[in-house]
Amino acid sequence: MAVTSTKTVAVTGNQAVAEAFRQLNPDVMPAYPITPSTGIMESFTKFVSDGKVDTETILVESEHSAMSACIGASAAGGRVATATSAQGLALMWEMLHIASGYRLPILMALVNRALSAPLNIHGDHSDGMGMRDCGWIQLFCENAQEAYDNTIMAYRIAEHKDVRLPIAVNMDGFIISHSIESMKFIPDEDVKKFVGEYIAMDPLLDIDNPKSIGALVLTDYYMEHKRAQHEAMKNVKKVVADVSAEFAKLTGRKYELFETYRLEDAEVAIVALNSAAGTIKDEIDRYWEKGVKVGLLKPRMFRPFPYEEVGAALKNAKAICVMDRADSYGGMGPLYMEIASAVANNRGAVLFNKIYGLGGRDLMPHDVDQVIEETAEVAKSGKVKMVKDYMTVRN
Amino acid sequence: MSATQEKPMTLKSLSHKKDNLSGGHRMCSGCGAPTVVRQVLLAIDEPVVIANATGCLEVSTCLFPYTAWRVPWMHSAFENAAATASGIETMYRSLRKQGKLKKEMKFIAFGGDGGTYDIGFQALSGAMERGHQLLYICYDNGAYMNTGIQRSSATPMGADTTTQPVGSKIPGKTVRRKDLTRIMAAHNVAYAAQASPHNWRDLMTKVKKALATNGPAYMGIMAPCNRGWRTQTNDSILLSRLAVDTCYWPLYEVEGGKWTINYDPKDKKKPIAEWLKPQGRFKHLFAPGNEALLERFQKLVDDDWESLQKLAAAFGAK
Repeated sequence: MAVTSTKTVAVTGNQAVAEAFRQLNPDVMPAYPITPSTGIMESFTKFVSDGKVDTETILVESEHSAMSACIGASAAGGRVATATSAQGLALMWEMLHIASGYRLPILMALVNRALSAPLNIHGDHSDGMGMRDCGWIQLFCENAQEAYDNTIMAYRIAEHKDVRLPIAVNMDGFIISHSIESMKFIPDEDVKKFVGEYIAMDPLLDIDNPKSIGALVLTDYYMEHKRAQHEAMKNVKKVVADVSAEFAKLTGRKYELFETYRLEDAEVAIVALNSAAGTIKDEIDRYWEKGVKVGLLKPRMFRPFPYEEVGAALKNAKAICVMDRADSYGGMGPLYMEIASAVANNRGAVLFNKIYGLGGRDLMPHDVDQVIEETAEVAKSGKVKMVKDYMTVRN
Repeated sequence: MSATQEKPMTLKSLSHKKDNLSGGHRMCSGCGAPTVVRQVLLAIDEPVVIANATGCLEVSTCLFPYTAWRVPWMHSAFENAAATASGIETMYRSLRKQGKLKKEMKFIAFGGDGGTYDIGFQALSGAMERGHQLLYICYDNGAYMNTGIQRSSATPMGADTTTQPVGSKIPGKTVRRKDLTRIMAAHNVAYAAQASPHNWRDLMTKVKKALATNGPAYMGIMAPCNRGWRTQTNDSILLSRLAVDTCYWPLYEVEGGKWTINYDPKDKKKPIAEWLKPQGRFKHLFAPGNEALLERFQKLVDDDWESLQKLAAAFGAK
């Protein structure tokens, strides 16, 4: 159904992203079903069957082929989108590097889910963190509204001439993908105008100007290609800021590279991604009433990571607890490592790492309370008991 | 009436056509693959877009900053030429449907036997099932030649490879090869065929048929590899011919469920030893004590040939 107004609706995260996909109207969508992202494909293929979009789907036999078909279709010269989770993303891994190496602005909805083994279908960030070094732009979303909004902004960021990189929009499996929330859609016409027509760069289907895509590049030129990817990533920050500013004009909803909540005057800082931020904000309000100066930093853009800006935002914090919903066994949590880099030149901040919510384990308000109290204690004493610890886990 | 019948192909007319795989590429002297590719490209009159699996053909024809391809060409990985081609072809259909693209085009994916029989098998099966308008061509040299002659599921029984070498206990590959052309025919594709570069007219006619058909098509094409087969560089076409004359590699096609043997040597069918003998990879089969292996090879070829004849008799033109 066409959206003509901005009235509030009640939808799941998956429905919200499927609606964004309908409005973006990609030319081709290759996809393979996997829980919990399947709902996006189911809703979207209904739009296809009902003739609501121009999209041609490719219902592939694996996620490896899904990303391979995305790469072929995108290189051919049009807009491409897909959706996946966990094992699906892991199976795509080889092709994720090729999508970014070929500088193809493919859009992926990544519904975050734990990786096997043991097998689990619930939400954590081990899939998204596993694609950290694949050369994709990564945006993380707290709720259905953010997932929808970031999806609407995604092509504008990915396709920008200074960027031309694939982009993944992350939301928490089940917690967001399957929960009904109230949110607002943007009217179809406004989305169409905001996103604009696709401008292909060197499309393969330009038959009169034949191109070879995918050469073998050896020691003489490989490193220049990879360096160029980093240069493109460096341009992303400004493009995200510009596109977000334009989006704010259209909708009134403002997005920065990261969100801060009561952080400016805080001595105690929590850093967390995605849906956990909602619970943390509630508890922060309660602790301010008790006189604890606590704030939150919630990264939106994880790749490229805005180190300088994050470092500056955390400059007043005496103690920082980085909460990771993914792990690096034998190392620190992946978000912790970024924050540690970001605050490396800050004076006096004490940092520690909590691993929480793996395999979809709930993060309850009283769990957050423990984190706030411990971090406040560290701010006072300057001493950390355990640099890396696990929350809500049996010993 | 097809274009094929209107303008009969002659070597003279073909010699005037533009060669879309230029010289100067880095394929080995005597390699069958570029001969196959040039015949395929010469058979096509329409604009064509190529997807290529990682392999000899890919690494040797497009080494940055050079390319030998004069038509749009894309490589992305080893196991996914069929999936990549699916994406390209689907984008073409989408843009055509929306009026954003006017020209008609054809789509071909090339893979070696490793990228087709083995690691690319699933992607190929999926693409054939989905019914894309594309022709997948496997240039079959019977091993992973690009990386140094490792055994594939297309490697003939008894062959000496670097991963199943002939030793004092194991006489090379112990099992028979997979019959991929028949497996593709079992997908009920619009067109499936086997061809060989020594018979260029048959090969090129099949490419034309495959591209004119409505639906996915598959061709397995013999492509001798002198490095892997341990043969002379000037024997590729001779060995292609012998593969067909011994019925190791019969020329046949399956068109809309109709099986046709395109060349039947009848009483001129040669013993398999004539194809095996010039190849160093089968040298041990001719050593004293290995007679049973040679006999087994002959029986496999005979049995396959007989079953193909039965299929052609049962499901051929009435």
